[in-house]
Amino acid sequence: MFDNLNDLYQQVILDHSKAPRNFGELPGADHFAEGRNPLCGDQVSVAVKMQGDVIEDIRFKGSGCAIAKASASVMTTALKGKTLNEARTLFEKFHELVLTGQAAPCAQLGKLSVFGGVHRYPARVKCAILAWHAALAAMAGDQKKVSTE
Amino acid sequence: MTAEMTLPPTNTRTIDWAALREDFPILHQRVHGRPLLYLDNAATTQKPRAVLDALCGYYERDNANVHRGVHELSNRATAAYEGARERAARFLNARRSEEIIFTRGTTEGINLVANTWGAKHLQSGDVILLTEMEHHSNIVPWQLLAGRTGARLAFLPITGDEGLLDLSRLDEWLTTDVKLLAFTHISNTLGTINPAAQLCSQARQRGIVTLVDAAQSAGHRPLDVQAIGCDFLALSGHKMCGPTGSGVLYGRIERLADMPPWHGGGDMIESVDYHHSTWKQPPHKFEAGTPNIAGAIALAAAMDYLDAVGRDKIAQHDEELGAYAFERLTALKGLRLLGPRLGRAGVVSFMLGDIHAHDVVTFADQAGIALRGGHHCNQPLMKKLGLESTSRASFYLYNTTDEIDRLTETLREIQKYFTTASAPSA
Repeated sequence: MFDNLNDLYQQVILDHSKAPRNFGELPGADHFAEGRNPLCGDQVSVAVKMQGDVIEDIRFKGSGCAIAKASASVMTTALKGKTLNEARTLFEKFHELVLTGQAAPCAQLGKLSVFGGVHRYPARVKCAILAWHAALAAMAGDQKKVSTE
Repeated sequence: MTAEMTLPPTNTRTIDWAALREDFPILHQRVHGRPLLYLDNAATTQKPRAVLDALCGYYERDNANVHRGVHELSNRATAAYEGARERAARFLNARRSEEIIFTRGTTEGINLVANTWGAKHLQSGDVILLTEMEHHSNIVPWQLLAGRTGARLAFLPITGDEGLLDLSRLDEWLTTDVKLLAFTHISNTLGTINPAAQLCSQARQRGIVTLVDAAQSAGHRPLDVQAIGCDFLALSGHKMCGPTGSGVLYGRIERLADMPPWHGGGDMIESVDYHHSTWKQPPHKFEAGTPNIAGAIALAAAMDYLDAVGRDKIAQHDEELGAYAFERLTALKGLRLLGPRLGRAGVVSFMLGDIHAHDVVTFADQAGIALRGGHHCNQPLMKKLGLESTSRASFYLYNTTDEIDRLTETLREIQKYFTTASAPSA
């Protein structure tokens, strides 16, 4: 009955939502932000430990749907070791992917490309980018709350 | 039992609920290749042909501004608009049509009371008593008022997941500081039906003014403002077969007469000069500017429709669907359903194991089923219950037990998908 949804709920997404990576407190973190989706009340908080402008470690906490949780989880694996500028560039490409289903050539999205099906479900785009907004806000400042609205 | 909760059938005719679907053009379509099953009625209901015809007919034949012209169309529009007011007064058993104010919906009705009666009569130290199950629309206007007046809010507690008001200690809550008791008649999340007449009666004995949020009850059961004994009652047209942007605020005439105007503008004045104006009498004093004329007329058509079916019958059907859904859904493994087991309205909120509500709703949508997922404008209640969001199915007169079977089977399929598809990957 749900074959159409297999491109949205890919195996990797289901896996990361059930067993999120880098989930929980991050001792020694120096940047924090919280993201909220007022539509559903979901919230995710992201903690980052920076070494200069390199993301040495990153973790998240919170609750959300499978898409939101998996996106946060895959994001943390993708961002670790990246510089702030690399993280911003990656988010731009990821954002384009979830909005249009198209990735720029040489986007090097890796595992992030499993979110290519999100664009066909406009109501779910916010779920996919919630953790990214929080992560970028954390790195841009210290204590921030961001909203998908 | 309270007056508005006893539902003696006015006659013994039986209704073919499935046949009523023919009156609702929108229901006859497929969504994602499957027949639409609309179960988001607590958010908004669908409209019968009679209401659509009233809306179109007004614009095709009678459209003109009200209370102004002396030409034929304006006379017709005015007669239809004021006729709708009389219809609403009969619908609620108000003593007189002057007690009916047309609004954009329940939210505007509550804001009107907060900004007029509340602004005049509340002061620092006064208490506005609400319940823990209120919709944001019956919390935020009072927070704004409290911020301006120094009054504070208090909340009647509910009993956990079962979601009933704890009335054993109601007397203790109705202190001398309480000036207003405002509560929902039916919870849009829990399906709880509150004993409105009992609550209003106990409050009234202490001189406390009462407001009933009837958004979820007005289209679902008989409502009699005199039997309930409330000072104010607010409802939304779009949740009872009427158009969006239509609604009614009932106010006891003694209260309305003692309230300043809210919005200023045309139609609410008696005379205006550059520095001073005088107001019309209620209800016109509270209806500034050109009102939603077509909406009021179509809302009256919705009231005709509901009474032709029989609101006592609709209430029985509603409770039968609520009870049936409770039985079917709670048989699903791992499903947690909120609200009372018995005497519940036709709205069920639930968690399907650890599958998030947005995932449930996305999958149900693929199966042609419209559910709501989220906090249902009930964030404080959700926090109290330790939840962020739930899935919700809410029923109306065109829904059937067969459809609840289809919902149950779909939820079972969703569980199966998330169970079998969860083998770990790299």
